[in-house]
Amino acid sequence: MKDNFKKIFKGGLGQLTIPIIAICLLVIFNLIRDPAFFSIALSHNNEGNLVLSGNLISIINGASELAILAMGMTLVTAACGGQDISVGAAAAIAGSAFVKILKSSPNINGVTVIAAFLFACVVAMIFGSFNGTLVSVFKIQPMIATLILYTCGRSIAYWINGGATPTVDSPIINAIGSFIPGIPIPTPILIVVLVAIVFKLVFHFTSLELFTQSVGINGSAARLNGINSTFIKLLSFIILGVCVAIAGTIGVSRLGLINHETLLLDVEMDTILAVAIGGNNLGGGKFKISGSIIGAYVIQMLTITLYAMKVSSTDVKAYKAVVIILLVVIGSPVIKAKFSKLMNNIKNRKPAVAKGAE
Amino acid sequence: MEKKKFRREPLTDTQLLMTITICIFVVMYLLAMLLLKGGFLHAQQVFDMLNDNASLIIVSCGLTIVMITGGIDISVGAVTSLVVMSCILYLNKGGNIFVAVALALGIGIAFGVIQGFLISYLEIQPFIVTLAGMFFARGMTTILSVNPQKVEHEAFSKFRDIKIVIPWLGYTAKNGNLVPARIELGVVVALVCLVLIFLLLKFHRLGRGFYAIGGNQTSALMLGINVKMTRFISYILSGLLSGISGFVFMMHTGAGNATNAAGMEMNAIASSIIGGTLLTGGVGNVFGTFFGTITLTTIKKIVVSSGLNDPWWQSITTGGMLCFFILLQSVVLSRRSKKKKA
Repeated sequence: MKDNFKKIFKGGLGQLTIPIIAICLLVIFNLIRDPAFFSIALSHNNEGNLVLSGNLISIINGASELAILAMGMTLVTAACGGQDISVGAAAAIAGSAFVKILKSSPNINGVTVIAAFLFACVVAMIFGSFNGTLVSVFKIQPMIATLILYTCGRSIAYWINGGATPTVDSPIINAIGSFIPGIPIPTPILIVVLVAIVFKLVFHFTSLELFTQSVGINGSAARLNGINSTFIKLLSFIILGVCVAIAGTIGVSRLGLINHETLLLDVEMDTILAVAIGGNNLGGGKFKISGSIIGAYVIQMLTITLYAMKVSSTDVKAYKAVVIILLVVIGSPVIKAKFSKLMNNIKNRKPAVAKGAE
Repeated sequence: MEKKKFRREPLTDTQLLMTITICIFVVMYLLAMLLLKGGFLHAQQVFDMLNDNASLIIVSCGLTIVMITGGIDISVGAVTSLVVMSCILYLNKGGNIFVAVALALGIGIAFGVIQGFLISYLEIQPFIVTLAGMFFARGMTTILSVNPQKVEHEAFSKFRDIKIVIPWLGYTAKNGNLVPARIELGVVVALVCLVLIFLLLKFHRLGRGFYAIGGNQTSALMLGINVKMTRFISYILSGLLSGISGFVFMMHTGAGNATNAAGMEMNAIASSIIGGTLLTGGVGNVFGTFFGTITLTTIKKIVVSSGLNDPWWQSITTGGMLCFFILLQSVVLSRRSKKKKA
């Protein structure tokens, strides 16, 4: 027990050190600034359901899409050593496909919603495998390969929608976007938990995690060991496609409409940031999905904290940038090495003094 | 035996990729001249493309340098926007043009120094640092002013209106007047930057160092190149060029807006790639980048003049062309490497 504690204290939490420190700092900052920030209230909403509300809930709720995308992005980052910058555009396409199916059916019920979601998944997987093929078969750097979809993705969504912003009004869509009657927790949070559990189960029962890591660390070595690295890279993009479809569906359901220009705008940058804050190496290799999830919540918490401090929404980016730079400077390998050297120096000096006293 | 001595040196990867781009550009432009006629027959069309894209060319050159060293700088568009906004606010308060130029360069260099320091000396991933730089610059732009600003400065307006006029390249308008060809000062700045960077990359020690650390960092270190310093300088150059580009942008539009130069970083990356620069580093050429920028613009012009006026056609065709170029490069390079092995 004591050894374990020492180990954690000495080696830190490994990869998770930075995201956990970040979230602790934000919590402490908010506690000093205004303890009421964390108050959670149980109240009735417009439809008369008992729901939880408060800053904390809106942070966790608001980061749902980001967290889901970050989970998929972690896999792509680990396997390919690069990032997909087309997730926002792809989510707009998936959302449009979702709405297209809903609109084409006369009445919206559970079956049509599921069918529409599956269709959105298939569409997003097709675009994901397009990116994945460019990366894995043609050996193009992920950022360049996904630049194509980034450039034209929202235009494809525009084309699917026919240039309009169709709305869908249905209690089921409303339930996905906000609350299921009778459950006080916002549905997007439940979906994140569900997706995280699915990832955990997949990693537990298959060797996907190990294969992805080995492909990311050294693709040719993995191939010589009998791992089909092309397939693993392609698979990571397809999994990201499913995540994109889920995030797009949540995004559409929140507003009840699809706006191809603003749906999940600039989310790709935030997603990559979440993966990086989570302590994952953007060059591929070892990864921790949990880090990315915490990273997503760090970003959202930062944003909400700034909003609570009455910073206008257009100016938030500047303050966010300063905090991000501080975080990555603390986490940089050079600073870490200097810090551990300093700690060693202090540690070595103490016994010397003690010996001198003898 | 004698003949073997005069065997032509095979093209390097850089030259090959650039040649492909130039060929495609020429073919595309000739086809446009033949099939679409209209504006494509006038020399002014080319000058217009240059006038509109002078700042993009400058930014892409900076990005090419960074990409040759194996890094990336996605803050360039946002820095351009910040420079435009701050210079306009300064000029509207009755400032001096020379101080405004210094301000533009200063902001650019400041971004370059900070980002370069964080990336090369603290070894933080370039994507994250420049992403934060981009957020910061965009945020600062809106903090300075959310509302669009227009330059109201007499001396600057006069300076802005200076245009190089070439009468013999002009064309006769429909009403019978002769319209001479016009080139803005920004284009001259862009071309000077282009040539200077080309010379730097080709003949200067520092420029060769960029290629060396992009190709293989460890061997560059063993050759005695100061890797950290070289990388640091590449980001400073990129920042400096974003500053210049901001000033050129302001000369072209004469107005500042919080969404100025939105998406410029991606356009710059696309132009560098079409011009044959590889994100992995070690391969690239600024003249290729120049042709990449013009090719991108020509695609857009062709789409517009063939009557496909919907905005979404432009980005879909741009995406398609990008896909074509990327696939072409990948296939060409992989075939070459196979040949080399065999």
